[in-house]
Amino acid sequence: MKLVYFAWVRERVGKAEEELAPPPSVKTVAELVTWLRGRGEEYAHAFEHPKSVRAAIDKSHVKPDAAIAGAREIAFFPPMTGG
Amino acid sequence: MMQTTVRLQREDFDAAAEQRALTHGRTDVGAVVTFTGICRGAESGEPIAALTLEHYPGMAEAEIGRHVDEAKSRWPLLGVTVIHRYGRIEPGENIVLVVTASSHREAAFAAAEFLMDYLKTRAPFWKQVESKSGKAWIEAKGADDAAAARWDKGPGSEAAE
Repeated sequence: MKLVYFAWVRERVGKAEEELAPPPSVKTVAELVTWLRGRGEEYAHAFEHPKSVRAAIDKSHVKPDAAIAGAREIAFFPPMTGG
Repeated sequence: MMQTTVRLQREDFDAAAEQRALTHGRTDVGAVVTFTGICRGAESGEPIAALTLEHYPGMAEAEIGRHVDEAKSRWPLLGVTVIHRYGRIEPGENIVLVVTASSHREAAFAAAEFLMDYLKTRAPFWKQVESKSGKAWIEAKGADDAAAARWDKGPGSEAAE
């Protein structure tokens, strides 16, 4: 699946997007965050406060318990500050 | 006739022209509210050089479109225009435009405020401030969440979700 990052999540991870294949045991957004945190310091830094990172699946907001099965694109970003 | 426009763009917009485009040649519109959000010259008391707005292409349009649909279902609107800029914006420049048209003012005022409250907390945009002390991401404000939450439907109306 494609992961995309925005704002300071993008800066901390060090890339805007990447293709990753998490193991089948990773079933929800929260589990994906835990898995990502184990991938390296930059991810641990980006997701050090998981509650301050929001997620979207295929361009719709989702909660941490959302299932990731079938997702084409998962985005992680800080709380929004538009308008 | 319901007219809807949602646009994301780097360049500036002309609020008066957008309002005219929504009302020109029709006589059913009795009220138009035009809200323009402008880049302030200071953030938390510190002068700023510019804001840079990052957005999530595709999702930003979709999310704004979902809220425009929600506004249309709540109020008898005759037209809605939302334009949100991205990229580098200097103090005094426009950031966002919401225009709502209806037969009567109540719907136009309420829908414009609803759309702005949701744009602030749900549309995928992030502001970075440029100032003498460098670049910093603006933190989301609890007051904006509270402003958006007051539009949430109460118990009994959320069964469909």
